[in-house]
Amino acid sequence: MNIDRRRFLKAMGITAATLAVGSKTLSASEPKTDSDVELKGILYDAARCKGCHGCEYDCAWEHELTEPDEIDDTIRRKTDETRRTVVNAWQTSKGEVFVKTQCMNCNDPACATACLTQAMYKTEDGSVIWREDKCMGCRYCMVSCPFDMPKFEYHSTNPRIQKCDMCYNLQQQGEEPACVYNCPNEALKFGTRRELLAEAHKRIVENPDTYYPYVYGEQEAGGTSWMYLSPVPFEEIGLNIHVQRQSYPSLTKGFISSIAPVDILLPAALLGIYEATKKNKPSNEEKEDMQ
Amino acid sequence: MRTTNTQTVFLDNKEGKTFKFLWSELKPKGKIFTPFNIISIPVIITGLVIMFIRFTQGIGSVTNLSQEVPWGLWIGFDVVTGVAFAGGAYVLVFMVYILNLDKYRPIVRVTVLNGFLAYLFYSAALLLDLGRPLNIINVIIGNNFGVSSVLFLVGWHFLLYMLALLLEFSPAIAEWLNAKKMRRFLSGLTLGAVIFGITLSVLHQSGIGALFLMAKDKIHPLWYNAYMPLMFVVSSVFGGISMVILEGSISSKVFDYQLDGNHKEHHNSILHGLAKICALGMFVYFFMQIVIFIHQQNESYLFTPMGYWFMFEVLGFVVLPMLLFFYSYRRRNILVIKVASVLTLLGIMLNRMNVSIIAFQYDEAIRYVPTWQEFVVTLTIIFIELWVFRWIVTRMPVLRKSPDWVKDTH
Repeated sequence: MNIDRRRFLKAMGITAATLAVGSKTLSASEPKTDSDVELKGILYDAARCKGCHGCEYDCAWEHELTEPDEIDDTIRRKTDETRRTVVNAWQTSKGEVFVKTQCMNCNDPACATACLTQAMYKTEDGSVIWREDKCMGCRYCMVSCPFDMPKFEYHSTNPRIQKCDMCYNLQQQGEEPACVYNCPNEALKFGTRRELLAEAHKRIVENPDTYYPYVYGEQEAGGTSWMYLSPVPFEEIGLNIHVQRQSYPSLTKGFISSIAPVDILLPAALLGIYEATKKNKPSNEEKEDMQ
Repeated sequence: MRTTNTQTVFLDNKEGKTFKFLWSELKPKGKIFTPFNIISIPVIITGLVIMFIRFTQGIGSVTNLSQEVPWGLWIGFDVVTGVAFAGGAYVLVFMVYILNLDKYRPIVRVTVLNGFLAYLFYSAALLLDLGRPLNIINVIIGNNFGVSSVLFLVGWHFLLYMLALLLEFSPAIAEWLNAKKMRRFLSGLTLGAVIFGITLSVLHQSGIGALFLMAKDKIHPLWYNAYMPLMFVVSSVFGGISMVILEGSISSKVFDYQLDGNHKEHHNSILHGLAKICALGMFVYFFMQIVIFIHQQNESYLFTPMGYWFMFEVLGFVVLPMLLFFYSYRRRNILVIKVASVLTLLGIMLNRMNVSIIAFQYDEAIRYVPTWQEFVVTLTIIFIELWVFRWIVTRMPVLRKSPDWVKDTH
């Protein structure tokens, strides 16, 4: 086969370009850098929560959102762009149980993997924060989140994403998240995720009659910073028990890591096919002969 | 029969003359009050007003998007479906430039133009849907690359592919401007652009399927599977070609006076070839659907409302057009080819809308239904695209033959 110099250089150029693009995308599948800082988390104990809704007011105040009106416990509410957390009452086999919901701040968050500008970002401390100057408002984080937690301000010309970030700013100042600090019933506990898990399992062992023996958030979606204890099975209090144990970004890992090989091998294959089928095309002289 | 006598000018000439030429080309050619114009102009004006409202009062003021369904018609149809429809460009350049199947050369230019315009306008649609569109610059200038994001990959491959398409089409622009040297230079880049373009296409077509991989719990299991990227590529092949067939038969009527006899003679034989490719592509796709269906043990969903909807899509818009394509190929029936291609396009639309909208959050109490404004904006984008397409086709050698000074047939 004869490949002249020019065509060879062309092929080299294409391969080099794809290598450059490819290596960039390949590094995508690597996990974030490890560091000595331990992931922080919050343990919510539904057996202790009395449903005072105080955390909702503290959260609204801390994040400059509108404070909730009088709360009717018979209506089940969801978080939205005006409230990052809600506490709902659930009628269960053990009577009324209150459940706080908010962003779970996953260990390996789908939203941060989905985000193409890294506006959604998992900090070393465990908070999944949203950065205003980076976000372009594509809402892919909302599509990807298994808990449907990022909320978008549809009626703003410069919309923001609202979701719990475990009061990242307060944490930076060495303080506890607002809801934890103000909870009168000690239903919320802030600490490193490791300590909290130990604490949760300790409570279950010491009070087997009080708790359903499972820590929600220990393994859900690859583990989350928010963890739940409950007196009843978790499906009774409306938590999504169908969430997979693996992290959600693992679902796209295969695809992401196949990009670079395709980017490199396909152009080479195409060039090969081109050279191989060139004979299909009659040269100009042959064309003249035919006419 | 009308003849096309386009003014020509040499770029090497004085600038004054070039501008005069460009100015004269900007003016409309042909009648103004055609049915198409009468329908499209009011729609475009309404659409522009809605876009203005969207930018002054937020996306929520004109759409029905919700916290549960963040992507609606503008993404589900304009982008996700539109990209599959534009797949014909990469399939055809593969056939013509890589496999050297010269038979399809007469339609390659118009297909590439269509692909380029489609991508250009879908990007515009995308900008409308972005909450903070100015920050899209972050993706391009590298202010925090989200390299682990599938959307990042799709965005970049999208952008580079537009460049590749422009390069593939650029010889036509040079011929229009009578720029001989530039044409020689640009057509020398074609093979590189083609190879680059096909690679980018395969990856972003599959990337659009991969976008939904993380929405595992939200998409109905009949539509969600780990092979969505592969399914999206395969369906973009016959979806794109069906668009080429449909678009070709419309524009060969509308722009009949542009076509030379040679093209017309070959047109039927081209259609038969394309029908065969569609039929085979759809067979592969259908086979994959069956394998996935059995593998995921989806039988239990089949006789539910979503199951009927799934059967409607697969039997009515994959199997039926596939059989029609096979039939038309054996019987050499052009009408059946056209019917089959329309059915195929509807099927692609159904499939993409199902994944992104209809089977997405299928158990949510309040279903997303697009507002009339969303429909009008979508139509506006399509109409403006058609206007630009018509402007280019009536001026540049897209359907008609290249000027005589062009020696090679690139």
